[in-house]
Amino acid sequence: MKKLVKGNVALCEGAITAGLHAYFGYPITPQNEVPAYMSRKMVELGRVFIQGESEIASANMVLGAAVTGKRAMTSSSSPGMSLKQEALSYMAGMEIPALIVNVQRGGPGLGNISGAQSDYFQAVKGGGHGDYRLIVLAPNCAQEMYETAYDSFDLAEKYRTPVMILSDGIVGQMMEPVEFNRPEIKEFANKDWALTGCMQREPRSIKSLLMREGSLERHNIDLQEKYEIISKNEVQYESYLTDDAQIIITAFGIASRISKSAVKLARKNGIKAGLLRPKTLWPFPSKIISELAKPQTAFLCVELNHGQMVEDVRLAVNGKSRVEFLGKGGGGIINEIEILEKIKKLVK
Amino acid sequence: MKKILSRPESLKDNQMHYCPGCGHGIIHRLVAEAIDELGVREKTIAVAPVGCAVFAYDYFNFDTTEAPHGRPPAVATGIKRTNPDKFVFTYQGDGDISAIGMSETIHAANRGENITIIFVNNANYGMTGGQMAPTTLIGQVTETTPFGRDPKREGYPIHLCELLSSLTATTYLERVSIYNPKNIINAKRAIKKAFQYQIEGKGFSLIEVISNCPVDWGMTPLDSIKWVEEKFIEEFKLGLIKDKTEQI
Amino acid sequence: MKHEIIVAGFGGQGVLLAGTLIAQAAIEQGLHTTWFPSYGAEMRGGTANSTIVVSDEEIGSPLAFNANALIALNEPSLNKFLPRMAKSAAIIVNSSIIAQTEKFTENTYFVPLSEIADKTIGNIKTANMVSVGALIKALELCADHICKMENKILNINSAVKAVETAFYAKPKLVDINKKAVLAGYDFIEA
Repeated sequence: MKKLVKGNVALCEGAITAGLHAYFGYPITPQNEVPAYMSRKMVELGRVFIQGESEIASANMVLGAAVTGKRAMTSSSSPGMSLKQEALSYMAGMEIPALIVNVQRGGPGLGNISGAQSDYFQAVKGGGHGDYRLIVLAPNCAQEMYETAYDSFDLAEKYRTPVMILSDGIVGQMMEPVEFNRPEIKEFANKDWALTGCMQREPRSIKSLLMREGSLERHNIDLQEKYEIISKNEVQYESYLTDDAQIIITAFGIASRISKSAVKLARKNGIKAGLLRPKTLWPFPSKIISELAKPQTAFLCVELNHGQMVEDVRLAVNGKSRVEFLGKGGGGIINEIEILEKIKKLVK
Repeated sequence: MKKILSRPESLKDNQMHYCPGCGHGIIHRLVAEAIDELGVREKTIAVAPVGCAVFAYDYFNFDTTEAPHGRPPAVATGIKRTNPDKFVFTYQGDGDISAIGMSETIHAANRGENITIIFVNNANYGMTGGQMAPTTLIGQVTETTPFGRDPKREGYPIHLCELLSSLTATTYLERVSIYNPKNIINAKRAIKKAFQYQIEGKGFSLIEVISNCPVDWGMTPLDSIKWVEEKFIEEFKLGLIKDKTEQI
Repeated sequence: MKHEIIVAGFGGQGVLLAGTLIAQAAIEQGLHTTWFPSYGAEMRGGTANSTIVVSDEEIGSPLAFNANALIALNEPSLNKFLPRMAKSAAIIVNSSIIAQTEKFTENTYFVPLSEIADKTIGNIKTANMVSVGALIKALELCADHICKMENKILNINSAVKAVETAFYAKPKLVDINKKAVLAGYDFIEA
């Protein structure tokens, strides 16, 4: 039978089942279930748990564990995620696979502790310095928190890149039935890049400082080529009733669930609405959005912020359709009736 | 003919970028010799800082990585906790360890991480052109204290070993220098002892090496050595600060 | 077919647990469900609450925008959530500590939850469980006779089964909590 658990706990189980070696974190609401759960479970399993002295230290502990090829993660919420950007930029530059989780809350600044989606830009545009990308996954239910956490390590290791799960306080805090249906990973592929001590091989060095003439330029070209491959291979989205839709809602995470209810309501009202939900925020499903964009269709981007992903939707649509936005920030939660009203206005 | 001295296996055959007269070359060699002698080269994972020693990985002949500025103790924590069988040390300067990375330093020490920190104190930020560091002496002129460090404005030099000695978890803290052969031999002894402690699982050790920075101090190498002897170690007294294993 | 249920009371009254029991009952019946807590500063002092959505369809928002059921374990909770309830909402009022007045909706039930828990069950801490049983009966009555709200959605058997799941780690508490749920269910008469 499915187990009733919080999204945050489902996430922990997914990571642990995927063979997480080490968790490093720092308390911040609304992700506190993660370090609390890990502090018990990881220790019981004989694995590593450390409550770091800061988000900065926790993220750098992840860097240290992951540079040796071990599966490591950290989690935080928006203000803490700003502090983790330093290590994220380094890990992207050093090509270190790891999982970083943001259970978003309202901002800017200390904001509040309600769920929000206002860190989209920070997550997908490279919140730290330098020209890098993270694979950004956006689960919208507890089951997906479990599954994306589980899958994220393979993805991170396949491309030697940090992966971010961009969740929010609502998905993290709510309980839902979850089926823990993934096999436990106990064996790990040999990593021919990891630092393991130079026994019977040449020493390795993993770094992001490349001062020799042309070497950083070369490294950036390599990174961009890698990002190109990720963009080609790893786009994930959910398409719901978009085939005949005159109104296509684009939404991710918690907003996509509410939007789906609104689509159903709209259909009951005789309006041909559909939902295109990016499950990967980077790489972004631009191609499918571009294909769906026609003069007779309109897009409505629904977000719990004041308009961030809508910019990527507009880029993908590229003027071929009308693109409207509906959102609330600062912890405000949109409901399906509000979305329905907006849809009705759009079809008029 | 008998070879009596050769490059340690733990050092690569690369020419160092350090300025003429700089102490880093000597300290690198002491670290490399100690690792060779303890036979842990193939188990070593070292963490380079941001600062002059950022290029340590070009010289050390074992696995190395690099941490963001000040974060080596956190990175080393992550490495050591997931690989307790490996030999892990960080190599850091004064700005890295006691300014931007003070939090990481204190908390790694307070957790009693079984790692070793080699802390090179040269009283300024060398790589960026000689700005004031937390260890800059009172009155010392640097790029950002053109009138000399004034305690009213910039506070006093931080004595990291003494600060860490108050933490229950720290095992071994010693301040050494390399301004003459006698001190170099002593520094080697301390570094090796700290490494040995890690191998024995005794916990957190930090060796502070008082070094020189002739170029940024605006001195000849010889004058810089004289300054270490006459001024620097007057403020930063050499010697054992703490050895928990001896107290027990 | 969808219920949006709010359970609210003082921190310490078992508000969150009562909510998870309802969600667990939904799982026992193979229904979709979400449980969403109030969290953070609000958990201390004032009212704690959780929102449970139960549906035979995939659930969008786990928050209630048109709540049709409320368990109010104390007065501040009643005052806070009453204005947010749908017109014909089923409301269980803990009349042991909230003064009985006229019905707020036609489906308001005044149940001396604390008293039943204390005297009938022998443990005042089970008032939250009594309230769950009472709510299930109230929702049944709404569906069957009074408001024809929707078909019956939660049944008492699944709530009793949910007690076993919820107290899996504390088997000694299973029986007393089952009794409490049934006592609440039986208190309300058609």
